[in-house]
Amino acid sequence: MTLLSIRDLTVHHGQLRAVDALSLEVRQGEVLAIIGANGAGKSTLLRALAGLILPTSGTIGFAGRDITRLPAHRRVSAGIALVPEGRRLFRSLTVEENLLAGGYRRRPGPWTLGAVQALFPWMAERRGQNAAQLSGGEQQAVAIGRALLANPDLLLIDELSLGLAPVIVRRIYEALPEIVGAGTTALIVEQDVSQAMRVADRVHCLLEGRSVLHGRPGDLTAEQVEHAYFGLDARPAGQEGHD
Amino acid sequence: MGWLNAVVQGILLGGLYALFATGLSLMFGVMRIVNLAHGDLAVVASFLALALVGGTGLPLWVVLVVTVPLFALLGYLTQRVLLQRSLAAGPLATLLVTFGLSIVLQNVLLEIFSADTRTLDGGAFATGSFELSGAISVGYLSLTTFVLAGAVLIGIQLFLSRTGLGRMLRASSDDAETARLMGADSRHVYGIATAIAFATVALAGLMFAIRSSFDPSIGPSRLIFAFEAVVIGGLGSLWGTLLGGMVLGITQSLSAQADPALTLLAGHLVFLAVLAFRPQGLLAGRTA
Amino acid sequence: MTLSDFVTARAAGGPHVSRAARASRLSGLVMAAGAALLAALPFLVFSTVTDTLVNLFVLVALASMWNLLAGFGGLVSVGQQAYVGIGAYTVIALADLGVQPYLAVPLAALTCAVFAVPTSWLAFRLRGDYFAVGTWVIAEVYRLLVVRVDSLGGGSGKGLTGLSGLDQTLRGALTYWIALALALATIAGCYLLLRGRLGLSLMAVRDEETAAGSAGIDVGRAKRLVYLVSAAGCGAAGGVITVSSLSVNPDAIFSVQWSAYMIFIVVIGGIGFIEGPLIGALVFFTMQQFLADYGSWYLVVLGAVGIAVALWLPGGLWGLVRSRTGLSLFPVGYHVRRPDVRE
Repeated sequence: MTLLSIRDLTVHHGQLRAVDALSLEVRQGEVLAIIGANGAGKSTLLRALAGLILPTSGTIGFAGRDITRLPAHRRVSAGIALVPEGRRLFRSLTVEENLLAGGYRRRPGPWTLGAVQALFPWMAERRGQNAAQLSGGEQQAVAIGRALLANPDLLLIDELSLGLAPVIVRRIYEALPEIVGAGTTALIVEQDVSQAMRVADRVHCLLEGRSVLHGRPGDLTAEQVEHAYFGLDARPAGQEGHD
Repeated sequence: MGWLNAVVQGILLGGLYALFATGLSLMFGVMRIVNLAHGDLAVVASFLALALVGGTGLPLWVVLVVTVPLFALLGYLTQRVLLQRSLAAGPLATLLVTFGLSIVLQNVLLEIFSADTRTLDGGAFATGSFELSGAISVGYLSLTTFVLAGAVLIGIQLFLSRTGLGRMLRASSDDAETARLMGADSRHVYGIATAIAFATVALAGLMFAIRSSFDPSIGPSRLIFAFEAVVIGGLGSLWGTLLGGMVLGITQSLSAQADPALTLLAGHLVFLAVLAFRPQGLLAGRTA
Repeated sequence: MTLSDFVTARAAGGPHVSRAARASRLSGLVMAAGAALLAALPFLVFSTVTDTLVNLFVLVALASMWNLLAGFGGLVSVGQQAYVGIGAYTVIALADLGVQPYLAVPLAALTCAVFAVPTSWLAFRLRGDYFAVGTWVIAEVYRLLVVRVDSLGGGSGKGLTGLSGLDQTLRGALTYWIALALALATIAGCYLLLRGRLGLSLMAVRDEETAAGSAGIDVGRAKRLVYLVSAAGCGAAGGVITVSSLSVNPDAIFSVQWSAYMIFIVVIGGIGFIEGPLIGALVFFTMQQFLADYGSWYLVVLGAVGIAVALWLPGGLWGLVRSRTGLSLFPVGYHVRRPDVRE
């Protein structure tokens, strides 16, 4: 079943056409990774899905309704939560307060403060600590926990690995199966291609705002991905791999 | 009156300044708006109470109970109708809008109530006092004001730290865009912040009005007290504002003891000294 | 650049760059003729007219100075009444010492520039809105200090000496000319200042302070210079107010109402355009004359109109004229306007 359906979506970032007539679908319960080089339009796409930027044209359908023009704060109630690039924790709030802020809309679901603390046990011990004092990896985990407390049907994660050591990244990604197991669908944007291939059910590679390659990680060759990533290949979009 | 008594009076006055400054601090913290009409709003509350007491004959405390929620509602509406638009139009626009509001309020009051100096009659309660010791005498009104101010500040602090909406106010102050990602409608959050600011400014305005005389043009000088309390204490810190109010109150009270003509000047000079030597304020780096 | 070019550039949404030299040469001639006519006015009309115009010229000068400060320097002050007051009191004090009051007006400007130096050290520690209120507090401090000086009349103010010997008609004409000179000097001063290197620095600082700093512009120096010039201009205006009214009252001369006038005249006329204060002062002046019989309602209208313009017409009246016609009487260097005015 399709949870998220993007049709001919064009989004501008200032003057730049960051997402260019993109169409893609995310199915219930899967992990879809979007890979691509810097400036491929990945973050702009996620920001548009979260409602922070209004698209220029095209539609976004979510759980059977059109949410293209829905304001950001109402998308949370609809079931979309974004873990923004750079973590963006509330600096003057404690770890626990940051997590609770995620549950502001009180959307029912499996994720409670206790459930998140069970997923990342250190958060219970350090609940009173100021979020600004955490390490980058810890901040990323809190940012994910915060988004989970919104009990989203669709979790969007932007550049999880950015600025973090690979071992830390791997540890955070270990929580992903449990998150998806609880009924959440995940759309992740990742610059680290091998990491994305490891955790995703399907990947899309973006180049200049268009999807130039998609398929299951197992069906794609390293060469195909490399070509799509750097735009070395002139073949038309979406022909490789299969859905 | 001795010096010690002056300090006690200054602390009590400082509580009122803090209550008065809280709204200014909150609106700046959450929306980055310095409300230049802050002092005039206090004066509007004073005149409204005066008109209500004169027109209906209701006791003062009833008027108080009516005025404060009315101002909260007014604050919410002002944010949604005027300030939200100005936020979208850029930082200069918010300053111009609140300054314009200040000019409008002052002159409307002037036309309705004339330039005469008024007082709000608090009866025996406002003038009565008790002796704490031989040298220190505490007025019932000063003490009540101080206790009320303290209670309101604690209440706001609890609201900000214990409730979801209060947390979201602080979160919006840190990062408004990310707060939207948590499902917060920033217009509503800002409306609540403005409502609290207006309610506290109305309460403080009524307390000022019972304490001392007022006229339509006194708002700007009241705004300056609030602003000084906020800057002396440190921007965006509720306890800093309380400290700032106390420093201002004690300074004014002590200098009045020395020479009544120095009262205002001494307060301003302490403010400028903080600005020169500790621009981040006495209690910096903490958020409301 | 033709009108259609302008419209196309706007429609394309790209940045629009212009330097309208031809229009400015023509407008220069028209303005020189206008100035000559205004200068001859005391010989042509009754003194009631010229006396009223003195107020207009003072408003133009004050508004121009605030526009320079806020519209070009990005320094939104609500405390320029400090310099109006200091300028006024300087004329009073110098006249007491035997200086001819008309000659004291330029000295008042100088005095204000001197006072502005230490003041800027303090005020520049505050940013944005806090700068606004901070300058206001500083103006209050100056007022409270002045009323403590008994030789300046304390809290009740003081009359101006040294003009009683002059014939009333001549005095009226001289006051008119000095007010006109002040208005012309502030406008010409802004124009020349902004046309030069400083103008470019200032506009860079106003638009993006950090970037301007990293591009090698001494941000602090540019801002301080603007602050000093603006203080001097406001001081001279204060001096003109004194030679016109022949007395000074501390509460009135240090009143924040001067800031209200300056700010809303500039905002209504168009902030960041040299033409803005002229247009705004004319609008305000007309409004003041029409609503003269209705007490202080003109201030209510001023505040309300100011709010409305700030919200819905950020470029003010001149911005509207300019976007419709591309007209510029005082082109100060290359104007680059982003199509999106917001943010």
